[in-house]
Amino acid sequence: MPGQSVGAVKSQRAHFDQPLHLRSGGILPAYDLVYETYGTLNAAKSNAILVCHALSGHHHVAGHYADQPDNIGWWDNIIGPGRPLDTDKFFIVGLNNLGGCHGSTGPSSANPATGKPWGADFPMVAVIDWVHAQARLADQLGIDSWAAVMGGSLGGMQALRWSITYPERVRNAIVIAAAPKLSAQNIAFNDVARQAILTDPDFHGGHYYEHNTRPLRGLRLARMFGHITYLSDDQMGEKFGRELRNSAFSFGFGVEFEVESYLRYQGDKFAGYFDANTYLLMTKALDYFDPSREDNGDLKATMARSKANFLIASFTTDWRFTPARSKEIVAALLANGRNVSYAEISLNFGHDSFLMDDAHYHGVVDAYLRNIKL
Amino acid sequence: MTHTLGRPDFDVIAAWVEPGHRVLDLGCGDGTLLKYLIDSRGVRGVGVEIDDANVLAAIKNGINIIQGNLECGLDEFADQAFDHVVLSRTLQTVRHTEGILREMLRVGREAVVSFPNFAYWKNLRSVLDGRMPVSEDLPYQWYDSPNVRFFTLLDFEDLCTKMGLIIRERSILDEAGNPVECTESRDVNFLGSLAVYRLTRNR
Repeated sequence: MPGQSVGAVKSQRAHFDQPLHLRSGGILPAYDLVYETYGTLNAAKSNAILVCHALSGHHHVAGHYADQPDNIGWWDNIIGPGRPLDTDKFFIVGLNNLGGCHGSTGPSSANPATGKPWGADFPMVAVIDWVHAQARLADQLGIDSWAAVMGGSLGGMQALRWSITYPERVRNAIVIAAAPKLSAQNIAFNDVARQAILTDPDFHGGHYYEHNTRPLRGLRLARMFGHITYLSDDQMGEKFGRELRNSAFSFGFGVEFEVESYLRYQGDKFAGYFDANTYLLMTKALDYFDPSREDNGDLKATMARSKANFLIASFTTDWRFTPARSKEIVAALLANGRNVSYAEISLNFGHDSFLMDDAHYHGVVDAYLRNIKL
Repeated sequence: MTHTLGRPDFDVIAAWVEPGHRVLDLGCGDGTLLKYLIDSRGVRGVGVEIDDANVLAAIKNGINIIQGNLECGLDEFADQAFDHVVLSRTLQTVRHTEGILREMLRVGREAVVSFPNFAYWKNLRSVLDGRMPVSEDLPYQWYDSPNVRFFTLLDFEDLCTKMGLIIRERSILDEAGNPVECTESRDVNFLGSLAVYRLTRNR
């Protein structure tokens, strides 16, 4: 990996007193957003890039904490001096979205009305709500317009939403491994994951905090299931095949195949730190995402409101959001005469490819960003 | 004679494109032609390219590039979205010849096609000598050639007639890139190494 890490970083917290009216009709009277920044905002404040996170991401995008050298940001491989999001040129902002469980106001935060955790009473948040909240963070940071808004998967959807809702504030949108809206199959996957959580006896209608318990079994199952859809069949075949943990079948229901061991480990790890209510909210935000709904399903009309230049990228083995889904966005942009480039990247890691350190993939992002005029 | 970017067909194509036109370049490589047309003619351009290294190079060149396979059609482009759709030295590498020509004239008002003429006299002599031709315009050995269709200028014109395509203009170049100055098709077929056509269709 060329370039360097940004090194030790610190999280910051921004407080917002102005109520946020949400798409669901709910209102957040006040809220906090935790965020991190890397690099230096230039005097013209023209070099800022917003990196939006996906389903399980957060504000710790790059670098490590001084007291936790192993706690490395989730997209560290693309950010730093000499890396595609070059901190010698750009000022990078990452945040934890509303409804999250990494410090920003979410279901596990205290509801000011009751003093108890919001739990299931936390209002449903949509991608457009996140974008409005991110815009207020930009205001606080003095950033009128982003050099780029960028993200993979659900993060890419936020970049797309930014370009539609705040066309004057986004000069470039980098939308990776995303889709203009979820398919029935995508929604079905999400619902099975939600059902695993909702039917866990420890869920208590979302108010499990008060019962000093957490729906760990449901969250673990949701993650195991989701994880399968983020990988490719080929990759699982290469990584695990039909390898057994022991040499012979045990004819039982314990962990036998390596792939079972891996998935259970991933499920346990995730359930250990993630909040089930946040998982429910994030999957619903995905399901509801469909900017073209404002134009009776005409994505071309929706993208007519955008003014940004676009880089759209997809991965050949991504079956969660296939290249064809990215091409729907490309077609809508071309129909509006927008500047758009589209790369279909051959990588073997399914939907998760967007997080991988691959020379061609990173080369494409690097080349695009190097041409951005500040 | 010196040619723009070492490609004589680029000069011909550039002369047919008017300032401000919308141009789609299929198989655009690293975007050299588009960049030239944008810089010198002020066109609005988009390229399509399948190869990873070319896609990367085109992004470096600041070109709007869409990665895709011409054999699969041009679904992401709307009808009549372009003034010119260019296919330079690529038709002979495409299996679905009629399909791509139809698609070009669906998304564009005019198709500009350049291709090596297999009936060029040096190519014929080479075959008579018992060897597959290798030349400036056919720079590959038979075993590493991307070309899958082998046709002549006259063959191409027959296909245009069959498909109801109108040849608005043709420019035939010799191996040095100089225009072949005769009009009799049989002679041109013999003397031309590279053919550049400007096609349209009745609407």
